[in-house]
Amino acid sequence: MESESATTMKFGEQARRAGSVISAIGLSLAALPQIALAQATEAAATATAAAGSYVPLKPVPGIGQPIDGAYGFQEQFSPTGHYALWMHDAILMPVITIVSLFVLLLLIIVVVRFNKRRNPVASRTSHNTLIEVVWTLVPVLILVGIAIPSITLLARQYKPAPESALTVKATGNQWYWTYTYPDNGGFEVISNMLPDDEAVKRGEPAKLAVDNRLVVPVGEPIRLQTAGADVIHSFAVPSLWFKLDAVPGRINEKVLFIEKPGVYYGQCSELCGARHGYMPIAVEALPRDKFDSWVLTQGGTKDHQPKAAEAVPAAADAAPASDTPAPAA
Amino acid sequence: MATTAETFQAHGDAHDHAHDHDHKPGFFARWFMSTNHKDIGTLYLIFAIVAGIIGGAVSGLMRLELEQPGIQYLTIWATWFDGKPAEMNAALHLWNVLITAHGLIMVFFMVMPAMIGGFGNWFVPLMIGAPDMAFPRMNNISFWLTVAGFCSLMFSAFVPGDTSGYGAGIGWTAYAPLATYGSSGPAVDFAIFSLHLAGAGSIMGAINFITTIFNMRAPGMTLHKMPLFVWSMLVTAFLLLLSLPVLAAAITMLLTDRNFGTTFFDASGGGDPVLYQHPFWVFGHPEVYIMILPGFGIISQIISTFSKKPVFGYLGMAYAMVAIGVVGFIVWAHHMYTTGLSVNTKMYFTAATMVIAVPTGIKIFSWLATMWGGSVSFKAPMVWAMGFIFLFTVGGVTGVVLSNGGIDDNLQDTYYVVAHFHYVLSLGAVTALFAGFYYWFPKMSGRMYSELLAQVHFWIFFVGVNLIFFPMHFLGMQGMPRLYPDYPAAFEHWNQVATTGYMIMAVSTLIFFVNIAYSFVAGRKAEGNYWGEGATTLEWTLSSPPPFHQFETLPVIEDAAHH
Repeated sequence: MESESATTMKFGEQARRAGSVISAIGLSLAALPQIALAQATEAAATATAAAGSYVPLKPVPGIGQPIDGAYGFQEQFSPTGHYALWMHDAILMPVITIVSLFVLLLLIIVVVRFNKRRNPVASRTSHNTLIEVVWTLVPVLILVGIAIPSITLLARQYKPAPESALTVKATGNQWYWTYTYPDNGGFEVISNMLPDDEAVKRGEPAKLAVDNRLVVPVGEPIRLQTAGADVIHSFAVPSLWFKLDAVPGRINEKVLFIEKPGVYYGQCSELCGARHGYMPIAVEALPRDKFDSWVLTQGGTKDHQPKAAEAVPAAADAAPASDTPAPAA
Repeated sequence: MATTAETFQAHGDAHDHAHDHDHKPGFFARWFMSTNHKDIGTLYLIFAIVAGIIGGAVSGLMRLELEQPGIQYLTIWATWFDGKPAEMNAALHLWNVLITAHGLIMVFFMVMPAMIGGFGNWFVPLMIGAPDMAFPRMNNISFWLTVAGFCSLMFSAFVPGDTSGYGAGIGWTAYAPLATYGSSGPAVDFAIFSLHLAGAGSIMGAINFITTIFNMRAPGMTLHKMPLFVWSMLVTAFLLLLSLPVLAAAITMLLTDRNFGTTFFDASGGGDPVLYQHPFWVFGHPEVYIMILPGFGIISQIISTFSKKPVFGYLGMAYAMVAIGVVGFIVWAHHMYTTGLSVNTKMYFTAATMVIAVPTGIKIFSWLATMWGGSVSFKAPMVWAMGFIFLFTVGGVTGVVLSNGGIDDNLQDTYYVVAHFHYVLSLGAVTALFAGFYYWFPKMSGRMYSELLAQVHFWIFFVGVNLIFFPMHFLGMQGMPRLYPDYPAAFEHWNQVATTGYMIMAVSTLIFFVNIAYSFVAGRKAEGNYWGEGATTLEWTLSSPPPFHQFETLPVIEDAAHH
């Protein structure tokens, strides 16, 4: 498996087919404005005729990507992300801050009160059963308090996707990602990092922008599967609280639920060789109808998802199981 | 007459035979065929300092490259290193070689040799009133196997690693299949073999410590009267003895996968890459306690000495270390939360990992209680020890954050993890090493260092390492993955702060070396017990440095003696 993909799809150069129309338009627009105008009109017309229009979403600064000099997590756009962020900010962070400051305070008291000038004669106390029991039991209680939401979070993250959920498979390769859509005719998208200047030209963050994104529908559970084609990679998107290793010979699976349309960037998170730092991930969440028309531009077919009778109860099932209701978008 | 005197000198002996118990061998025999625990301890410490300089310099190169986004230096270095204009992949491969070297050197050739080989060899026999280690010759081969392992690792940098360039770029964890068919060159074999050699040395060392501690304690020194440093070495030795064979098995399977056509970790032959990670972390998690437990022991001795009080809750302290050691063996998969573990497995490992915070908390609070009510003098070792307590606490609490499998889904393999384990190791274990060094250096060398320089060293080091590692929490939460040579512009600010912190830390390390030089050139002669009434363990009953062979008459521990 790995040798085949390594030889036939190195960097995806030969096999790039998905989305080439769009990038061709972009490139020619930049290079030859006069000719491109005509071309673009023509191409856009074709695209609209075929499947409605797909224009890659512009990322919003500070959303779905890191912010320079920030102190905390990225803003979250998934139900588990909200829960995990709440757990970190409301429980873990206060507890660890208080514990650290408490230890610091005791150290300062020692410096002030028990230095040899103020306290020339040391006490000989070396046992106190009560206090030893206290400082064993109190941490136990604190940890139990942390464990309850922690276990809840795990259970929510591992709620399997409903049977009707759209399946998307992300495969890590040295050093790019391929995304396949088995429910939509099995087409494949090859995703390489954009060169820095090209990313800037498109108004995207360098080292995070890719030529072809992982496009998914917004507001419904997606069964995201990961696998590795050569060595272990890891599919990670911080603003979706999502990280799952892509292991050769295994298929890992987890629910991805994105609440808002947008572009969410991530990076490979398992050391995979020389260009480990250069295989970013860009997830583009689109409303269902736009997703469907994007699928058609890729030569895919509509999946079973839009069948209302099936999809609505499934989504209703998933939403309460996954989390508290999402804030109105 | 004359002939006789010459004969004595030829043996390197002093003239006055009647008072001379130090039958020191000649230079080569003393340092290359050594069977004396103090000499071997000195060798280990010198070796660890040399390895620490190399490993620290490597991290300096890494911080330099990470100061700005983009690749600034790697291409230049790779061009020097390969002797031909480097391609991008060669530069990026060099980065992976650097991170691998930094991790392996610091873990196996700096912290472990310094803690166990250095301070363990020097002070376990002294503290239990033994003349030497149980197996002096095995002690010698332990050291030289460690040196051989280091040479094998260094050699790996000069043979091809994979198609991109020289050296092993597999990370210190050497995950399959990147370390099997993912890196075709012999460099990886040499890197793996270096762990075999160092591991064999450590296993022999562990056997030596266990035997020594169980059989060679002075009359009257029961297990429950042993100094806590000896307790910490006993637990550490058991961890080494039980965990290193697991590592040996895992990396041997790597070697056979690489060279003999087996497919333990190759899915196309029926194996599984994740199968490597389980034994690796069954070793790897106890390994982090192997690195920190001797530090716990050192800190306990220092705090008791400078508070002029016995350690508070001695039994709790000893058995907390035993508990940490035992639980340390059953939490390994918290390093593997994102590999696709089942939800029940993640729940178990989350809960089990949190349990470790309890004995660790007992230790922190017992140290504080030891100081409480004491008459504390804030000499250099004590300042370092108090710095340890705070920094280790900060590293420990982020461990509680990471123990949550659901939170770790975001933080795994980010800079948050880097910050966490550097707070417990680089700021924890290394701070404990410096504390121990200042505590015992005059005992080992017979010379006092400059107290002023030692204090200045601490404060500059403290500022520097916090500047390096605290911002890494922010980088990790913002999503910056670890092991990256390059990053999006949005990570620039905190990376610049970290690189500035490195430079400050580097200055403090220079002060450390100046201080050592000062003590050898101009340091006062150290008395036997230069810390005074608080220092109650047996090494303080001897001269500084102790005689070449000590305790020829075994000391007897009275019932009233405190810990």
